[in-house]
Amino acid sequence: MSTGGRVLTDEMVEAIKAFIPRYPSKQAVTLPALHIVNERLRYVPPQAVVEIAGLLDLAPSQVQDTLSFYGYFKQDQPHGRCRLWVCRSISCALRGADDLLDHLSHTLHVQPGETTPDGRVTLEYAECLGACEHAPCMLANDQLVKSVGHQQADEFVKGLP
Amino acid sequence: MPDFQPTLLAQVGKPESHTRRVYEQSGGYQALRKVLKGMAPKDIVETVKSSGLRGRGGAGFPTGLKWTFLPPNHPGPIYFCLNADESEPGTFNNRILMEDDPHQVLEGLIISCFATQARVAYYYMRCEYPLAFERTTAALAECYEAGYLGQNILGSGYSLDIYMHRGAGAYICGEETGLIESLEGKRAWPRIKPPFPAVEGAFRKPTVVNNVETVACVKQIVERGVDWFKSIGIPPDPANPRDAGSYGPKLYCLSGHINRPGCYEAPLGITCQDLIDRFGGGIWKGRQAKAAIPGGISMGLLKADEFHCPLDFNGPGKFGCLGLGTAAVVVMDETTSMVDFLLNSCRFFSHESCGQCTPCREGTHWATQMMTRIKHGKGRHRDLDLLAEIGETIGIMPGTTICGLADGAAWPIKNCIKKFRQELEEYIRRTNPTGWMETNPVPALELVGIH
Ligand SMILES: Cc1cc2nc3c(=O)[nH]c(=O)nc-3n(C[C@H](O)[C@H](O)[C@H](O)COP(=O)(O)O)c2cc1C
Ligand code: SF4
Ligand code: FES
Repeated sequence: MSTGGRVLTDEMVEAIKAFIPRYPSKQAVTLPALHIVNERLRYVPPQAVVEIAGLLDLAPSQVQDTLSFYGYFKQDQPHGRCRLWVCRSISCALRGADDLLDHLSHTLHVQPGETTPDGRVTLEYAECLGACEHAPCMLANDQLVKSVGHQQADEFVKGLP
Repeated sequence: MPDFQPTLLAQVGKPESHTRRVYEQSGGYQALRKVLKGMAPKDIVETVKSSGLRGRGGAGFPTGLKWTFLPPNHPGPIYFCLNADESEPGTFNNRILMEDDPHQVLEGLIISCFATQARVAYYYMRCEYPLAFERTTAALAECYEAGYLGQNILGSGYSLDIYMHRGAGAYICGEETGLIESLEGKRAWPRIKPPFPAVEGAFRKPTVVNNVETVACVKQIVERGVDWFKSIGIPPDPANPRDAGSYGPKLYCLSGHINRPGCYEAPLGITCQDLIDRFGGGIWKGRQAKAAIPGGISMGLLKADEFHCPLDFNGPGKFGCLGLGTAAVVVMDETTSMVDFLLNSCRFFSHESCGQCTPCREGTHWATQMMTRIKHGKGRHRDLDLLAEIGETIGIMPGTTICGLADGAAWPIKNCIKKFRQELEEYIRRTNPTGWMETNPVPALELVGIH
């Protein structure tokens, strides 16, 4: 694990500690803590894992074990300013999701899981986003983009900061 | 059925329907007041039991009965986990409730917690539901403000805290013991049962896990009564001693090749055909239907000539499907390739298998590899037998895995091969004219990726 300087800010530490009274075990704060760090840093570097473990009286390997179970938290570098999840499950697939993902991969010049060099977009595939009535759909950070055609996808990506 | 009025969705679509003000204008929190004024927890359990309510999360277990499995006179703590992980492909009814009527869910949850004497509830919501999270968090704050949560609720002496807990993008967190492990901060590996959560669940304490729509039904039952609930739906099948009946309204999700995809409330037992015609406006582009998933992808497939299947807890099973599941109907038109369908299904389950049981981890993985090979024109007839063998051997039912994800992975394979074998064979012969008859083992092709 990294021996670098501290990465959790005081604000993050306070936010994490605020969760501790909600649960009978400190380990239960693992996921909330990972989300708190991920929301602010857009990734959870190994040093953050060590610091979260310290706050929750866990071994870093316990936090790392949980983190690595979910495909959700990146560790080597922050994801783009927009993390763009393109649903590929059945309802979306029936309405062109695989094409949509290919198209975005093509126009952004990245594979799913990768970030554009300018740091704007990380393209991801997702399993069912629970918005199948809007298929094919994608989730751009906190925004659901509904019934996405190729043109609409292009315009959406163009409009991203 | 013509006089059927939606209740679960009654508020959805009204302006500001997610606020406490609007919710209370239409009688919101009156059921909770009634409960806290004069009902004993066991009265509510009894009411829910006699309503015949069965869990809406997929397994259809009788809710009142589940609650009675809690150890009697337990000193506590007892935990309540609300399962809002909704990730079964095709399913979005929980999201609609949480976005457009979060207070209905909370009122049902508070009543359910009182009935089970839980004093802490964890509201486990998948993290891909930002709007539902925002509205539910705001609704929770409104509840604390109004004294519906916290210490000594409405002067009743009963206290309850509800905490939001967000998932991190894993389908298996919807399985109730996977949810509990995830809540505890561990990898979401489902537990071997027994012990069932009611005896030993979250933090090793008695725990109830219920679905969002289930607790919304609890609220409606307390408000409208058992007779109302039982006037909707289908009574037990006298020919099936294990059928507990399918009472009450149900939120059906319709998606795929349909004119009007959406979430629709109908009495349990509406047929697949009725749902498609009366709510969905028929198949899109004027085409014919080919097949439909009856209740989320885990449930398998209905062929178009099986659409008279009633979508109650007992119906899809009669057509070889796994069950009603989440009642999410995904319609496929005549142009759909069943190879594409099955590859998509296999890919989902191999991606989501938690990896704990070898038959599930390896079986779902190999099924995806084989379907990928078939898709790319390297299939053999014999692969269908191998796939069918995987379908027959992974799952709780054959007794080889810990949780039902593997059964859900197996069913689309089994149904697809049984109901569409001819099409699959034709595809294999057409795309692999020189090799389709090969029966010797073939090395997995490196040149074809999964994506
Ligand atoms: C693989 C798998 C995934 C599941 N996902 C969910 C889910 O997302 N939401 C849910 O309520 N139930 C889900 N279930 C069912 C739960 O295990 C459990 O039966 C349910 O939450 C109980 O609530 P209910 O009785 O109110 O339906 C899943 C089950 C399995 C095997
Ligand atoms: S059946 Fe599959 S998903 Fe369920 S516990 Fe076993 S490996 Fe995990
Ligand atoms: S299948 Fe794409 S949102 Fe459900």
